[in-house]
Parts: sequence; C-alpha cells; structure tokens
Amino acid sequence: MNGANTAFVLISAALVMLMTPGLAFFYGGMVRVKSALNMLMMSFIALGIVSLLWVLFGYSLTFGDDIGGGLLGNLDHIGFQGIHPDTLWGAKPDAIPVFAFAFFQLMFAVITPALISGAVADRVKFGAWTLFITVWVSVVYFPVAHWVWQADGWLFKKEVIDFAGGTAVHINAGAAGLACALVLGKRIGFKKDPMRPHNLPLVMLGSGLLWFGWFGFNAGSALAANGTAANMAFNTQIATGVAMLGWLAYERVRHGAFTTLGAASGAVAGLVAITPSGAAVNAWGAIIIGLVAGVVCSWAVSLKYKLGFDDSLDVVGVHLVGGILGTLLVGLLATDGVGGLNQLGKQALGAFTVLAYSFAVSWILAKAIDVTIGFRASEDEEVGGLDQAYHAETAYDFSAVGSSHVARRTVATIQDQVGAGAPQNKKVDA
Amino acid sequence: MKLITAVVKPHRLDEIKEALQAFGVHGLTVTEASGYGRQRGHTEVYRGAEYTVDLVPKVRVEVLVEDDDADDLIEVVVKAARTGKIGDGKVWSVPVETAVRVRTGERGPDAL
Repeated sequence: MNGANTAFVLISAALVMLMTPGLAFFYGGMVRVKSALNMLMMSFIALGIVSLLWVLFGYSLTFGDDIGGGLLGNLDHIGFQGIHPDTLWGAKPDAIPVFAFAFFQLMFAVITPALISGAVADRVKFGAWTLFITVWVSVVYFPVAHWVWQADGWLFKKEVIDFAGGTAVHINAGAAGLACALVLGKRIGFKKDPMRPHNLPLVMLGSGLLWFGWFGFNAGSALAANGTAANMAFNTQIATGVAMLGWLAYERVRHGAFTTLGAASGAVAGLVAITPSGAAVNAWGAIIIGLVAGVVCSWAVSLKYKLGFDDSLDVVGVHLVGGILGTLLVGLLATDGVGGLNQLGKQALGAFTVLAYSFAVSWILAKAIDVTIGFRASEDEEVGGLDQAYHAETAYDFSAVGSSHVARRTVATIQDQVGAGAPQNKKVDA
Repeated sequence: MKLITAVVKPHRLDEIKEALQAFGVHGLTVTEASGYGRQRGHTEVYRGAEYTVDLVPKVRVEVLVEDDDADDLIEVVVKAARTGKIGDGKVWSVPVETAVRVRTGERGPDAL
C-alpha cells in the first residue's frame, strides 16, 4: 500500500464531498426564494441516498469484475463483501486501499444525480425526485461509470480519454437533465414571469466551493500523488480562470455587462470542460479548452429560449455542452502524439453513446414516474412554492412581525390543535 | 391636521430625517416601499435573459403636522429629497380627522 497516495485520495474524496453542498448553493441561489430550500435539498439528499446504494450494490455494479461485454460489474461485492481494510486497488507500488478508492468514487456518484436537479428546478415532487435519483444512479450512472473507468469497461477499452468524468458525470447528467426537462415541461410562467436568481452571493459561494472541491475531483482522479495529479490540478486552475474570462467577454459584448452570474457560470463551464481533458494536455491546451468552454457555453445557455425547453438552471448549456467540448477537444489537443483525428473519433464515440444512453433511459424513467406516482408538483404547490409544500419551512425570515403569530406556540400545541380538528397547518418551524 | 406622505429615494432618508428634526418634527414613520413613476424601472441581465424591473425601491416617510405647518414642511421635505435626477419621488398631503396618542389618550394637535 502507498501511504502518500492513500492520504491524497482520502483528502481528495473529502474535497469532492464538499462539491455537492457547493452545487446546492450554486443552484439554490439561482432559483426564486419560494423554492430555495427545495433546490438545496434536491442536491443534499443525494449524499444520503447514493451513499446507501453504494454500499448495497453501487460499488459492485460499477467496479466489480465485468459480467461480459464491458457493460456492467458483477454482484461479488454487494454489501462490500470480500473487502477488508487491507484489500488493495491498483498495481503495487501505487496501490491504495479499496476503501479509499470506493470512498472517493462514491462522491462522484453522489454529485452526478445532484447535477440533474438544476434542469428541473421549482416544479418536481420531492418524493418522486428521491425515487428518480435512486433508480437513475442504479441504471444509468453505475453502468456508465463502469464503461468508462473500469479496466474492462467497453469505452475504457476503446481508449476513450475521460480522466475525471466528462462523459460519466457531465454529459451523463446533462443528457438526463434535458430528458427530465422535456418530460416535465416548463415552469409555470416560463419566459413570461421574472425568474431572477434570488441570491447571487449564494451562487458565488457555491461556485467557489465547487472550484475548490474540483481540485480533489480532477487531481484526485490520478489516484496517486504524482506528476499527473499536479498537471491536472494546475490545468484545472488555468482552464477555469480562462473560461470565466471567456464567458464574461462574450457577455460584455452581447449583453453589455460583466455579470456575477456570468463569472460563476463561466468558472463552472471551465471546470466541466477540463475534467475529461486536463491530464492529457499542457497549459496551452488548458487555455484553449477554457476559452472555448467559456464562450460557447455562454452562448449555449440562450438556446433553451430559442428551442423552447425549460432547462431552468442550464444543466444542458453548461454541463452537457461543456462536457462534450472537453471530451472532444482533448481528442485534438492531447499531448505525446495521442491527439489527432483518430483520437477525436474515439472521443466522439464515447461522448455520443453516453449522451444517447443517458437521454433515452432518463426519458423513459422520468416518463414512468410521471404516469405512475406523478413527477410534477401540483399547480398550487408550484405557484405557492415548494419549500412550504414539501419541507414545511421558509428559507429566510425577514420580518420579525410576520412570524410572531406562531413564535410562541410549540410544535406540541400545534399538533394538539390539529388533533382537535383545527385547520391543518404544516408550518412547524416555531 | 395634515398627513404629509413622501415617497422618495431611499438614500435621501437621512437628509430628510435631519431636515425634519431641524424643523421641529418629533416623530415620523418610515416604510420600505417600491414603485415607479415616469422613470419606470431598469433592465437586469441573467445569463443573457433580460428582465425589466419596473418597481424600484423607495421609502415612504409619513409625518402628521398641524395645518399651519403643512406647506412649510412639504417644502422642507422636497428640498431634502431632491437630487435633481429622474426618480426623485413625490410628496403630498391629505387632511386628517383625528389623532390619538395611545399612551395618554390626548387627541388632536396635542397628540402630535
């Protein structure tokens, strides 16, 4: 076992864990105030659900021995059976404990379904969402991660370069977001009512946490504290910074202002694009990837208005488009004689098979949930805000006067009154 | 008595308060308000989507005064609120039938 590598991967896993709350803030600040908590919870809940699934069967389906054809792992490690603290992952002198590897990879499985939530903001039943991500990680994420990262996975064998998740995480989540947005339809008032972000400082905080955690996501994917990790960390910073500049420059020319939301979004677009590519390019490649991602994603987020689908927080424009850009550009820009049309073809195969599989399965899954238990919140719940409908809470208490009505009552007395036939009151945040 | 109401730019509030104190006004009520006049609102851009924000933040200052003081006080408020730029707001007065000081029960001008 390699102690330095193990320490690095454990720390990287903790960094990646922080990205999910970071994403929650990034998305949460962008929605209207009435559904802010719901948006936070749609990401945060993945930390619970996916952790449990990972132990039950997720790790085994993703990184268990291949069942044949490079499509899925077997069930040998269900419940982590056969894995002990001294069981190793990787070849000897670099090997790390399987627990360190599994802990690290779990965080990727957590954030990927959370990414989808931005496409369906403000209009999803919370219970249906938990069902969706439970089934989605099981039938989409675990298989796709197996294709790309397990040594017998079919895309891994085709030599598709996806260092840290351009296909398995970003194209995967982006395509699923598009499918869900199409099944669910537009928010009430889309293109008509103002849907401004309610808290841009929260968006900025979220993008900062994402940027910070992404060093673990990208560099940690080397699974070793070595030059590859260092190159990846360095390129992550370069591409992200340049992407922010690219987004802002496009915005300034097109819309006349350098917006905060543009800076935060540009940074995330750069992070997405450098994810598959950063370990295979040099700093100049990182600059090109960052610039292209910033400018193109800035343009791509306007497509939803032209095409008429409500990808509310631009999961398609940022993650799908950014993921495809990074995955394709590395085919051309990869150093050491790897880059070229041949590699570009392999990259395109990886990008578009993941896109097609994720879109198709996600669409069927979303539709199945919609026609059985219902995926979309009722009109009343959506208009009134999902925070009160599903969480019995309000994000901000701005008014000392407004809340005094319930402030002196305890939860117990409210329940007594409900029991005595008083009007049902879900507000319990006394 | 008259009720003077001024709906003005929020950043002029301090000047208005100081001017009213100098005039000898003992109490006032301030409310955060939003609205528009001829200047309408402004445009904001979020990821390329432009929103017209037509209600802009204002403060509403309300003061009760005796009839004789009303015109002078309106002048004081207008002077303090004015920046000369569009969107400075409005000041108006309406007659008030009665006023009661809650603590003592005094009525009319004595209550001011």
